[in-house]
Amino acid sequence: MTPLHAESRLRRAGAARAAAFLAVLAVLPFVFGQHWQVNLLVIAVMYAGLASAWNLLGGYAGYPALGHGAFFGLGAYAMAIGAGHLGAGAGYRPFLLVPLIALGTAVVVAPIARVLLRTRAVAFAVLSITVMFMVQTLAYNIRSLTGGSQGLAVPIAPFDAATFERPYYYAMAVLLVVTVGVCWVVRTSKLGLALNAVRDDEDRARGLGVQTEAVKLLAFVLSAGLTAAFGAVWAYYISYIVPGFAFDPLLSLVAVLMAFLGGRTTLWGPVVGAVLVGPAQQYFAYRFGASQLYLIAYAALFLLVIYLLPDGVIPSASRHLDRLRAAYRSHATRRDQPDQVPMEPVLPRGGRG
Amino acid sequence: MSALLTVAGLTKSFGGVRALDDCGFEVAEGAVSALIGPNGSGKTTAFNVITGYQAADSGSLSFRGRVVRRPDPCRLQRLGLARTFQQPRVFPGLSVLENVVLGRPQPWRALLRRRVPGADRRRAEELLEEFGLAAHAERPAARLSYGQRRLLEFASVLMADPALILLDEPTAGVNPVMVETMERHIRRRYDEGVTFLIVEHEMRFVMRLCDPVIVLDHGRPIACAAPTAVQNDPRVLDAYLGE
Repeated sequence: MTPLHAESRLRRAGAARAAAFLAVLAVLPFVFGQHWQVNLLVIAVMYAGLASAWNLLGGYAGYPALGHGAFFGLGAYAMAIGAGHLGAGAGYRPFLLVPLIALGTAVVVAPIARVLLRTRAVAFAVLSITVMFMVQTLAYNIRSLTGGSQGLAVPIAPFDAATFERPYYYAMAVLLVVTVGVCWVVRTSKLGLALNAVRDDEDRARGLGVQTEAVKLLAFVLSAGLTAAFGAVWAYYISYIVPGFAFDPLLSLVAVLMAFLGGRTTLWGPVVGAVLVGPAQQYFAYRFGASQLYLIAYAALFLLVIYLLPDGVIPSASRHLDRLRAAYRSHATRRDQPDQVPMEPVLPRGGRG
Repeated sequence: MSALLTVAGLTKSFGGVRALDDCGFEVAEGAVSALIGPNGSGKTTAFNVITGYQAADSGSLSFRGRVVRRPDPCRLQRLGLARTFQQPRVFPGLSVLENVVLGRPQPWRALLRRRVPGADRRRAEELLEEFGLAAHAERPAARLSYGQRRLLEFASVLMADPALILLDEPTAGVNPVMVETMERHIRRRYDEGVTFLIVEHEMRFVMRLCDPVIVLDHGRPIACAAPTAVQNDPRVLDAYLGE
């Protein structure tokens, strides 16, 4: 098969996946209509979006950011303050703030990103966590703006009680679609190629004329801006935020682990990871929530998955499928040499940095 | 023939070791020059400094008649200076074709265009065909053998049509057939007017291909002449054998 044919086939499969995804997203709150179910859906869709947004920087560019909670919290506080000004009874209007908050966060974060991106690998991971705790500390201490540890109440929207969660669900769903769309555009563009090159060998990429500083910065601000957008909708949804939950280190980590679990070199990996981890998280919290054991159960699940599927679900599964297919083909064509199953070397795509 | 690249007074120390010590030489336009010397004589450091991967302590560099202050790999590449590495460096997670496509620098506004546009694909496929890698085009570069990676690295550098290519040990760890392939490709580009500066330990390769030969010892050039002259230069023999 010529590469051109393979490419067009890939497109058709991709379009089919996107259509199925949109359809499922649209009908989910009608299938699972209970309040607690829609609540779970809002959180799951949010995590799928956070993991996808993180993947722009952490997966495509290979920069292990662990402090995206900072941008989530910025978005949340921006929404709390903005919606507070709009006042109670604002209804859908606070949702209009979301794009502004995303844009504003992207702009504000750019100079910080520029400094952080001078470091790599472990140093970058540590610095990004540090930034998160710095912003959290600021939120605790700038009381006039954030209310400090007392938190900030967001006016509750006057939505119909029977379907109260739906506007939030659809806001999250639209954001998720936008995020996956951004990921798709990045992946299939020169920008994605440049980011992947940065992930594999940044110095050589620079030597080939790739504007590494610029593309990294672009990935960072896109990732941060989208993360802030989810934070904004989340704040309006839960209607009361405190620094400890808005700037949550666990939230940053969970999004990262979802991307890892699903496959951080892929488009749908973070979404798949969120679908798998979200319910598991809830289940563990429900079963072992009384003690802190649920966190340990959670960690154990991850160790197991990283051990068994180091590249994530999607790459591992597709590789297994390829190998099965190859084995089947060779079995069918060379019955005289049944021992010769072509062993494809199993190489992790893009290293484990 | 004029000098395409001129370095003068380059000095670079690592702790107490002077890897480059007042090092100066010229690379003539259209020539295939060799940079040889015993181990630790500063050849790779010279490459790193010239291509901007390491900052020199002092010295100056001019390329294509203009002085390059604070050399930077990205800018130099856009001026037409490209290099390969002692250990071949490819992007393992990218396909072989994408590795080559990446070699063509993109202007800002092209960032949102298609990952592999048709024009880039055709040019890259030509190069891969020429280097005997066409069959691997869609596979990840991680699957290639060591020698194939060298060829791929070379091919990706050519994508930008550079004026000067610095090759760091293009034959190291490569089988004899591949060495011939490499030589053939260098000759072809030489015929097209590309200038080369080659660090190499394999002397027969150097003698066949390069003129002039620049000899480094303790970070400074001790000879720059035709290969036969260098072979019989007592200072060179002394640097390699004597003490």
